[in-house]
Amino acid sequence: MNATVRIANVTKRYGHLKALTDVSFDLGEGEMVALIGHNGAGKTTLMKLMLGLIRPTGGSIEVLGDNPAAGEFVGRRQLGYLPENVSFDAALTGCETQTFYARLKREPVAKALELIDAVGLGAAATRRVSTYSKGMRQRLGLAQALIGRPRVLLLDEPTTGLDPELRQTFYEVIQRLAAGGTTVLLSSHALTELEERAGRVIIMNRGIKVADGSIERLRNIARLPTRIRLKVAGLAPDEVPSWLPASAPCRRLNGHIVEIDAAPERKIELLRCATAAGTALEDLDVMAPNLDELYAHFLRQAEGTP
Amino acid sequence: MNAVLTVARKEIRQAVRNRWVLASTLLLAALALSLTFLGSAPTGTVGVRALDVVIVSLSSLTIFLIPLIALLISHDAIVGDMERGTMLLLLSYPVARWQVLLGKFLGHLAVLAFATCLGYGLAAAALVATGSRIDHDSFAAFVAMIGSSVLLGAVFVAIGYLVSALVRDRGTAAGISIGLWLLLVLIYDIALLGMLALDQGRNISATALNAMLLFNPTDVYRLFNLTGFANVSAFAGVAGLAQSTSLSVQVLLLALTLWTLVPLGFAALAFSRREL
Repeated sequence: MNATVRIANVTKRYGHLKALTDVSFDLGEGEMVALIGHNGAGKTTLMKLMLGLIRPTGGSIEVLGDNPAAGEFVGRRQLGYLPENVSFDAALTGCETQTFYARLKREPVAKALELIDAVGLGAAATRRVSTYSKGMRQRLGLAQALIGRPRVLLLDEPTTGLDPELRQTFYEVIQRLAAGGTTVLLSSHALTELEERAGRVIIMNRGIKVADGSIERLRNIARLPTRIRLKVAGLAPDEVPSWLPASAPCRRLNGHIVEIDAAPERKIELLRCATAAGTALEDLDVMAPNLDELYAHFLRQAEGTP
Repeated sequence: MNAVLTVARKEIRQAVRNRWVLASTLLLAALALSLTFLGSAPTGTVGVRALDVVIVSLSSLTIFLIPLIALLISHDAIVGDMERGTMLLLLSYPVARWQVLLGKFLGHLAVLAFATCLGYGLAAAALVATGSRIDHDSFAAFVAMIGSSVLLGAVFVAIGYLVSALVRDRGTAAGISIGLWLLLVLIYDIALLGMLALDQGRNISATALNAMLLFNPTDVYRLFNLTGFANVSAFAGVAGLAQSTSLSVQVLLLALTLWTLVPLGFAALAFSRREL
């Protein structure tokens, strides 16, 4: 794996406020990484450090072989950034804005303007940005970030304000880029969206990296129970099916639904019990811990509470 | 250099869209034209020195107006873009901060130069059109007046950037800019005159006076236009004070250039140290 971004022991303080504490990770070519955390967890600070907009208090950062804070910005030509709450000069039109940014990156203007159509802004391209809605500005933000096939894409809350259809297109576009070797780092609150798409998740809490790995790996580390929901016919309101192993923690939901918290290694055993003959089982759902639950788990762990 | 010009072009386009260009050109043209026709009253329509009178009155107007326009355009340049969030995106591009600053400077200066040349040029054109004869010396003085007015604009654009690079929010930048304008355009001269009147020429030497005049760009501009050309200084009664100065045109131009470059340099320095 060729690392495009290397973050080593980075600490960033604003006065007394510790925005980041000893954060280290590498991002490889073609990786699609989700950066998640509360507001103020250090996601935006990390991106600003990678862009060289702020300097780290300690540690080192390398983006595409450059130190971004040293004013070396050769690497920035291959870098795309979409800030949270992106804003543009209101007096210019969408096309003029895109042309301006393409010139700064020294990329062909015609190709950059094609991106305006690709994000569905074609009809509004000659209107002033001041007339744009939040979603349209977000599209323009996306279009400028994609200028010149970037090798590293930093997207801060990219899907806020996008309608579901455009979200789909958006993920298709960045997945295509990632397949072509672009490193995509995106921060988001929409965890369910990221679940199927991000190959790797980095969880931040109060400036500290608390988890880093594929969702599979995080599930293994977290050892959260898989929830199994069984719909059983003919159970009394407080009754628990007699065929369930006594040690399995379970509770009754509404009607005839029983929910079992299955530890990862007991999942199959419990399913065998449930599907054995004579259990009057009508339906069954297996829910692996999702990203929301994993996130909550790692945050609780980081805060030191059970 | 390419990036600088790209930024400059964008600034000019924005100024055109925001009607800054139109507003400042119209304002300067309207005032210049009215001064031209009111100002030519003392010499009458056959006055051979019509343009010289215009230079005296126009340069007095410039001292008030050009710094104000320049500060209005420039005080917002850095802190405003930061507040609006456009600076964040711009600086993620392969462009150095000094290039952004220089680009903005060139753009804003171009707007100011356009407004001044067109506005004041109209006044000269109107004089010619109404049949005033303009001799070569007067014309040279008029061109120098336009040039130095643009230079005065550059000084205040640079000062505005310095303010903009140092403060945290737009309101503060606007307040400080107005304060600086009052100080340099009005208060400084009043204080200087008061001091001279009190001193009665006992302690303040001519050299000290020259130094004090050089410390205010508007005074440098005034000296340049009211004493730099023999024709004009004959009309500039107010510049009695200036007649005692021995500052040459070159020194005055150098002072105005320094008044541009030094604030601009400090603005670049402050901007490069800022964190977004």
